[in-house]
Amino acid sequence: MFYREAGQFKTNYAADQQIFPLLQDRIGIAIVLALGFLVVPALAADYWFSAILTPFLVFSLAAIGLNILTGYAGQLSLGTAAFMAVGAFAAYNFVLRLPGLPHVVSFLLAGVCAALVGMAFGLPSLRIKGFYLAVATLAAQFFVVWALQKFPWFTNNSASGVISAQPVHVLGLALDSPRRNYLFVLTIVSVLALLAKNLARSNTGRQWMAVRDMDVAAEVIGIPLLRTKLLAFAVSSFYCGVAGALYAFCYIGTVEPEAFSLDMSFRVLFMVIIGGAGTILGSFVGAAFFVVLPIFLSIAIPAAAQLLHLPFNKASVTYIEYMSFGALIIFFLIVEPHGLARLWQITKEKLRLWPFPH
Amino acid sequence: MQFFLEVLIGGLLSGVMYSLVALGFVLIYKASGVFNFAQGAMVYFAALSFVGILGLGVPFGLAVLLAFGAMVVLGVATERFVLRKLVNQPPISLFMATIGLAFFLEGLGPFLWGNETREVKLGIADEPIAILLERYNLSVSQFDLMAALVCGVLVAALALFFQHTRIGRALRAVADDHQAALSVGIPLQTIWMIVWAVAGFVALVAGLLWGARNGVSASLVLVVLKALPVLILGGFTSVPGAIVGGLIVGSTEKLAEVYLGHYVGGGIEGWFPYVLALLFLLVRPEGLFGEKHIDRV
Amino acid sequence: MLPTRKCLAAMAGFLLGTCAVLPAQADSANEQFISVLSFRVGPYGPAGTGIFGGFLDYLSYVDLKDGGVGGVKLTWEECETEYQAAKGVECYERLKTKSPSHGTMIHPVSTPISYALLEKTLADKVPLVMTGYGRTDAVDGRYFPWAFPLVTTYPMQSTAIVSFIAQKEKRDLKGKKIAYVYLDSAYGKENIRYLQAEAKTFGFELSLHPIAPPGNEQGAQWQEVRQSRADWVILWGFGVMNPTAMKAAAKVGFPRDHMIGSWWAGSEEDTVPAGDAAKGYLAATMTMPGKSALSNDVEKVVYGAGKGNLPDKTRIASVNHNRGLVIGLITVEAIRTAQKKFGKRPVTGEEVRWALEHLDIGEARLKELGAAGLMPAVKTSCLDHEGSGKIKIQQWDGTRWTLVSDWIEGNRALVHPLLEESAAAYAKEKGITPRDCSKES
Repeated sequence: MFYREAGQFKTNYAADQQIFPLLQDRIGIAIVLALGFLVVPALAADYWFSAILTPFLVFSLAAIGLNILTGYAGQLSLGTAAFMAVGAFAAYNFVLRLPGLPHVVSFLLAGVCAALVGMAFGLPSLRIKGFYLAVATLAAQFFVVWALQKFPWFTNNSASGVISAQPVHVLGLALDSPRRNYLFVLTIVSVLALLAKNLARSNTGRQWMAVRDMDVAAEVIGIPLLRTKLLAFAVSSFYCGVAGALYAFCYIGTVEPEAFSLDMSFRVLFMVIIGGAGTILGSFVGAAFFVVLPIFLSIAIPAAAQLLHLPFNKASVTYIEYMSFGALIIFFLIVEPHGLARLWQITKEKLRLWPFPH
Repeated sequence: MQFFLEVLIGGLLSGVMYSLVALGFVLIYKASGVFNFAQGAMVYFAALSFVGILGLGVPFGLAVLLAFGAMVVLGVATERFVLRKLVNQPPISLFMATIGLAFFLEGLGPFLWGNETREVKLGIADEPIAILLERYNLSVSQFDLMAALVCGVLVAALALFFQHTRIGRALRAVADDHQAALSVGIPLQTIWMIVWAVAGFVALVAGLLWGARNGVSASLVLVVLKALPVLILGGFTSVPGAIVGGLIVGSTEKLAEVYLGHYVGGGIEGWFPYVLALLFLLVRPEGLFGEKHIDRV
Repeated sequence: MLPTRKCLAAMAGFLLGTCAVLPAQADSANEQFISVLSFRVGPYGPAGTGIFGGFLDYLSYVDLKDGGVGGVKLTWEECETEYQAAKGVECYERLKTKSPSHGTMIHPVSTPISYALLEKTLADKVPLVMTGYGRTDAVDGRYFPWAFPLVTTYPMQSTAIVSFIAQKEKRDLKGKKIAYVYLDSAYGKENIRYLQAEAKTFGFELSLHPIAPPGNEQGAQWQEVRQSRADWVILWGFGVMNPTAMKAAAKVGFPRDHMIGSWWAGSEEDTVPAGDAAKGYLAATMTMPGKSALSNDVEKVVYGAGKGNLPDKTRIASVNHNRGLVIGLITVEAIRTAQKKFGKRPVTGEEVRWALEHLDIGEARLKELGAAGLMPAVKTSCLDHEGSGKIKIQQWDGTRWTLVSDWIEGNRALVHPLLEESAAAYAKEKGITPRDCSKES
């Protein structure tokens, strides 16, 4: 009823090929963007910008990156944090050593650096797949972090190995408040997310999906495996690299190589799987879930413990948070193994059929 | 030469410790195709339960039994509440579920027993063997030799169990083909429970030995990072592979640290085994002893 | 729609609903709210429970015994950081809005979190206090007005350890070999340049042995140490690395009484898991091990009232608990100093900053507090945010720590100029103009 294509006639190819062919989708996207760019900045407090919204966007971008690789091209990777680290440190060095360069360009170049590193570590994907590949990408994870630490050039000879990101200027405006940081990150993430969405339905995207579903069959129908897989690694790492640069410059402000630990790689992978592999929306849902849930648990559980007068000390409460977090992950995997984005699909289906059940 | 030998022996013996952790992965992967990332958390949980039970004044032997009991309960619960619900889901979902399980265990362990770092006393001194030290100036630890022995016994026992018992045969059948095994009347769920319980036992042994070496603390979870390259080298499905892989990883990483480390500033032990495994995979994508995977279109 | 799906949707709604009512101001007129960024879980949790146990015990102690500071009650809220920068930032932002003082002063007890908060605390005007860790070049208050690496820093500590070794070797280190076994991270690497400079002045031979994090494998490095026939080992470890190092040293037969750890490697949590291998092991400390008049009183007042923070009373006056007491003591003394100047009311971050720069906790005052010898006397100024730079060496006898040295000061003449240089470089990178300390009152 509310969501159907009936009556929306396409009279030229351009109209038929747009990203969101349905009017309802276009309205929906416009509403979401308006919310993000206008309503939220007007209403939210600083805490929301710096502790929830900015990390949410940064991790969404990283999750989109990994989703391209894992969800679309079917290559499991546990090196996400390493590619983010490359992005963060490359951006730092670009800003430091090429002071004339606009910061946005530095961030994009940082993404390119990450893409190159990603391609290097993507080479083995031609020979190995599945969990073997996953463990092999750990080589990237550990090697990159080690190298960033070991060679002082990357950290500009800082004695402690910690870089502190330079203040960012965009078009002459200084990003000096959480709100501005948020808007800047939101702009970049929106543009890159739309690009990813578009890429996924292009020739390249379809090749990735063919490789994901069965690489031998894909090769038989003439898809060059090496190029396709490497391109997936490159694009994915580019996204992760930009996410890493934003993480360093717009979220934490100072970074040490160890911050990009294996744990972070896992978290991003979680976002992709829980959100929904092979959907851009899923990356956002997954990131929201993983940024908000731990914070929610850390607020709700102590409050509940206090309310019920449970004799737990602070440490026990934290362990309960851990346990709930783990249990919830399992719960969501059981309930919705295709990811939370699937819920949206089902909702759309309902809206289409409403008021009839079938 | 003496130094080379010493490092080599030390490395081989450390490698055995890695194998011990890798063994738990192999068992579960073999029987259920699940890449069980919670193995590290299981090692921690088992060791913590053991130390916690011991702290209640229970004698050593009984504490081992009770900790094993806890691991069996855990295995059964995992099968009942996690695996059974996720049958036929893609391997990545199962993998993620085991990470969820790892979080759960990392919370449950200290919730029950507290998180202080504790000592495990096995009664074997971790000191160089005097005769070797005096005669050949070789420092080889008594404890490491003992650990290697335990590991050898464990592998032999597992091999016997797999080869010569009814359950063992059923396990191998399940490992070969779930559906075929089901169709000849092998109870898949029971088998999974048993495998998880056995993996729990391996985790307990690994937990005791690693705990005696480094102390029982949350860092015990991180021993998986040492086991993963062993797995790729040896193949995910091979028990002997886990042992041989462990020996290779242990010895090469130590030799590399000592002889190559200086050229690049050292501390390469963290990534060296992974790069080694990666290079190795390029030659043999299924590991040393892994089953060759044939794609059918 | 499946029932589970409904349940899912309901949960999502609940989640969002609860988050919407998040931070609210909870500060009444006569309370001093303190943000406590604690870590009690994860690999470093065991140290954290002791440290934050001591910190909160001291705050409770002041509340119970004196009814707060100058009639102002101390209140606080904890937030778990797991020692990670990202979580620390979230916690800081969450607790910041709960009081007009933005949390009075922040003790992250974590180097990554201190770095991440360095600029945020500067912008919010709340002092960042790092007792014995964190950004070491913040010693120079001209460039870092809001950051205080109080009591001692890593370089001061490592040079003090060298000076202890020199004492033991009758001031002659020529031709001696010192092996530096360190966690291969920012924490371990920062010292290298200072130790190398010391090696040049004293004429000893320094060998470096990095350990890959987390440090649960050290066999090869210790075989190298044995091979090189090192006379002394300086151990810069953290968490699981410490007991593993002691075990590995025992394994190659290196004498533990020639191994000296940093203060992160010198608590019961580090030695107990190593068992007999730890016997004789030495470590630096900036807080006295064992019971003191203060810890006894805290036990009586706080634990007597059932308000103790440690679940296990036997850990009272353990090294980490004492360290927490010292952090609490510094916090309260700073608030007291601020009140002396600005009046007996809840003080703001800016006032606390002034107080931290004019902190003077002398021996007499420590004695009054029952903390004589618990920590070195601390006297800060605009130029010196460290205030002491002294440590003692303690030895583990198998059951407890005993002191084996008097206060030893680090090589200030070497360390402070290098720190100043580093601070100036930072200021240049950030475009900060230093304050003129001679113009401050």
